[in-house]
Amino acid sequence: MSRSLLSWSTRSGRARLYQVALAAALLLAAAFLWSNLRGNLASRQIRSGFGFLREPAGFAIGEGPVPYSPSDSYLMALAAGVANTLRAAVVGIVLATVLGTLVGIGRLSRNVLVRGACAAYVEVLRNIPLLLQLLAWYLVATELLPEATSPLQLAPHVYLSKEGLQFPVPVWARGWAFALAAFPLGLLGAWALFRWARSRREHTGHTPQVLWPALLVAIGLPVLGWLSGGAPRELDLPEITTFNVAGGLGMTPEFLSLVLGLATFTAAYIAEIVRSGILAVPHGQTEAAAALGLSTRRVLRLVVLPQALRVIVPPLTSQFLNLTKNSSLAVAIGYPDLVSITNTAINQNGQALECILLIMSVYLTINLLTALGMNWYNRRVALVER
Amino acid sequence: MIATQPIIQLAGVNKWFGKFHVLKDVDLEIARGERIVVCGPSGSGKSTLIRCINRLEEHQEGRIVVDGIELTEELRATERIRSEVGMVFQQFNLFPHLTVLENVALGPQYVLSEPRKQAEARAQQQLERVRIGDQAAKYPGQLSGGQQQRVAIARALCMRPKVMLFDEPTSALDPEMVKEVLDVMLELATEGMTMVVVTHEMGFARSVADRVIFMDDGRIVEQNPPAEFFANPRHERLRDFLAKVLPR
Amino acid sequence: MPAMAAQAAPSSGARLPPARKRGAWAWLRANLFATVPSTIATVVFVAAIVRALPRVVRWAFTGAVYSADYEACRALEYHAACWGFVTEKYRLILFGRYPYQEQWRPLVATVLVLAALGVSAHPRAWRRWLVVVWAVVLPAFLVLMGGGILGLTRVETGLWGGLPLTVLLTLIGVSASIPLGIVLALGRRSHLPFARGASTLYIELVRGVPLITVLFVASFVFPLVMPRGFRIDVLTRIAAGITLFQAAYMAEVVRGGLQALPRGQYEAAASIGLGWWQTQRRVILPQALVLVIPSFVNSLLSTFMDTSLVTVVSMYDLTGALRLSLGDPQWRNFFLEGYLFVGAVYFVFCFGMSRYSAWLERRLGRWTLRPGAARA
Repeated sequence: MSRSLLSWSTRSGRARLYQVALAAALLLAAAFLWSNLRGNLASRQIRSGFGFLREPAGFAIGEGPVPYSPSDSYLMALAAGVANTLRAAVVGIVLATVLGTLVGIGRLSRNVLVRGACAAYVEVLRNIPLLLQLLAWYLVATELLPEATSPLQLAPHVYLSKEGLQFPVPVWARGWAFALAAFPLGLLGAWALFRWARSRREHTGHTPQVLWPALLVAIGLPVLGWLSGGAPRELDLPEITTFNVAGGLGMTPEFLSLVLGLATFTAAYIAEIVRSGILAVPHGQTEAAAALGLSTRRVLRLVVLPQALRVIVPPLTSQFLNLTKNSSLAVAIGYPDLVSITNTAINQNGQALECILLIMSVYLTINLLTALGMNWYNRRVALVER
Repeated sequence: MIATQPIIQLAGVNKWFGKFHVLKDVDLEIARGERIVVCGPSGSGKSTLIRCINRLEEHQEGRIVVDGIELTEELRATERIRSEVGMVFQQFNLFPHLTVLENVALGPQYVLSEPRKQAEARAQQQLERVRIGDQAAKYPGQLSGGQQQRVAIARALCMRPKVMLFDEPTSALDPEMVKEVLDVMLELATEGMTMVVVTHEMGFARSVADRVIFMDDGRIVEQNPPAEFFANPRHERLRDFLAKVLPR
Repeated sequence: MPAMAAQAAPSSGARLPPARKRGAWAWLRANLFATVPSTIATVVFVAAIVRALPRVVRWAFTGAVYSADYEACRALEYHAACWGFVTEKYRLILFGRYPYQEQWRPLVATVLVLAALGVSAHPRAWRRWLVVVWAVVLPAFLVLMGGGILGLTRVETGLWGGLPLTVLLTLIGVSASIPLGIVLALGRRSHLPFARGASTLYIELVRGVPLITVLFVASFVFPLVMPRGFRIDVLTRIAAGITLFQAAYMAEVVRGGLQALPRGQYEAAASIGLGWWQTQRRVILPQALVLVIPSFVNSLLSTFMDTSLVTVVSMYDLTGALRLSLGDPQWRNFFLEGYLFVGAVYFVFCFGMSRYSAWLERRLGRWTLRPGAARA
């Protein structure tokens, strides 16, 4: 007697029935939505498909590392948007991590004023919406800063005004190319010195002091490269002209306010993560290490930090992803990131569905790559237990 | 008998936690090779007492001298004393991110500045000594409580301490593992190590201790060799305590 | 070893620590001057406060203009705050484009909802009648805002704005996403591969994209997938978008609670003979949901802050209404006062919610069974 696969009376049969029912319901809903979509698109005469990507976009993009002009295709416009998003995200992440770590450690400080100031920073910034903060930064950058005709001078030839931040940048020459090439070599050399110091300690028990030599190598090699290229000294200096500040490299007020707003906001969350990571290491660990006679520096480096980092890194990565997603708020202040450009594109050609699918896939890809990296890291450093 | 300098001296030691007076006028001298057991009700200050000896707690009044070095606010004195005084904790406090061998070799490498090979060889020796040499490559999370505590003892021993402090070493263990740890401590005692042990294991006190100290409410109330201590307790409080703690 | 005599009987009472090491002086030493860097930090901070505080007080309070007097504000030339901007525009900021005469209605509606929230806050109130309270308050809110019956003039949803809109979107977002989140969480933990796959796909997809894209979908795509002729207004679309977005995060919160329950609960229920749905309903969910109530409050908090994004899709919540009020060319320059005002409103709500969440967590901690808590 064979029972049918979809029998209600067996557990597996019932399970299959439920799944079939669920799949059918979802399919019906999808079909319904799809047919509505086709109908509406037709009646509004909106095109379908991704063919529009090859057509000229027809709108300008204010800034960015990707060279783009309005006659370039939509695809180029979107690529410029992605580049801008990544640019803001990377700078924001670096700033946020540095600031957040300092504030997080500050919250554990012995000094009550430092503790209080850091705690106030975290509480205030975490309880005000990011959009409000971004808009405030943007208004400060565009209203409170002086006009470009009489900018703030932060340092010789570094000017801050309503047009943004402008600073000197060296004119590209052979010497700089050599310096840039030598930079990774310098880092490699410093790393090699540290490895050597470690093997010396393992062999003899005494640690040679390599901090200064390593710094020398890391900085000296690029300097040598620069020298060998003819020591180019020519700089592109921003100068105040009748109308504005010309020359040098600039950061627009949109970029500045986006990055500063994102960084300060995310730093508040990172501070909490760092603090709970350090507190998560049981006090007994510090005591046992101290009881062996280890110096405070070594207790931190060998016992506390490795354990704290295991707790800190996963939520830290979430915050990095949050910052990247939050950079989409750039649309509210006019920074041409991916979402902003897509918004313009939708307004122009009406193909909302395709454009939104594109944005979502970009963000999902970033998410996926980061999640894979995170899983790999977690597996590597997981504490081994029974 | 030539009077030798005691290895640990406490004179007029007072300690407060905030306003709470936890150690009151403690005077104690421990000679080289002596085995001391400290007992008493909870809150009597016995853990605080031995934690003051390696300055995990700081005393506010009085003097503490270990092996001729006085414990003051000076960091260097503290670090020197800590490398001569080994401590075993109630919660083991092994470093979970390092293997057993690395746990034991950490101190010799970074504090005694020994080369790694030498430190690891000695670490393996100490692990053999506490009969856990075959677990050297495992991580603490993979071991039982009794095994972890024995590794902790090996970790302290590898620093070649002159004194070993034990802060309730078997209180966090399941009953069947208490014996294996006490056996290791017994061996240490017979080898002549100076030991100060805070414990409730009266059997251990009877068989190993040269002196048993009873603390209550921050003071040393009575101290005697075990025979005297258990047979003729002089103070009422000690009699009450023994009545509760000793099996009928 | 000679028998050592017992020490003298202790005197009654304990002494106080030596003067150097206790009291205010010791506190100062430990907290402000413990090390050289600490001392430097203290000096820098105190110097900064001494310099800055009088100026801030003068700018914000003593020198400021409080009345809606444009001329007086202009005369200040930024040396002091012009709170007159807030006095002039607060109704626009707080209520958006709602008709001026009828603004008592959103006020009453918001107060009602906040009162209901206040009542719901204490765990003692978590009984059946609380559901009744909400079943009355929420429709009352919608009736008051929308009108059209009971003699109230109809105000279409496009005009709803300001704080009531923020509160409404938050409430709908959280309450509608909870059941959906529970379904998704159960789906993700299900043994049925299709259910598990579909739930996981939804959750990871929605959590991987910014809220703005979901709002774009709600704004641009929802109209396209509705049957022809069927119109839904912007508010409903946006509320649906927020709900669908929050549901994915809610699902993870509920899943955390489900995972925290010991396996023994499932096994005990099975041994009595309870079916899957009965187990979930009677044994698992009641415990899991109580465990994650503090996380629910955090979700409430983050939804409250996320509603500010509807500004981007042209809805005038609190943030959007602020931008609207700054559109007035006369008062444009006093944006700092406006942002401080709105920032303070958000801060009061959000900080209050996070403190409440911490209090709730401590309170509930007494009731939940922690592993090993049974040991004395």
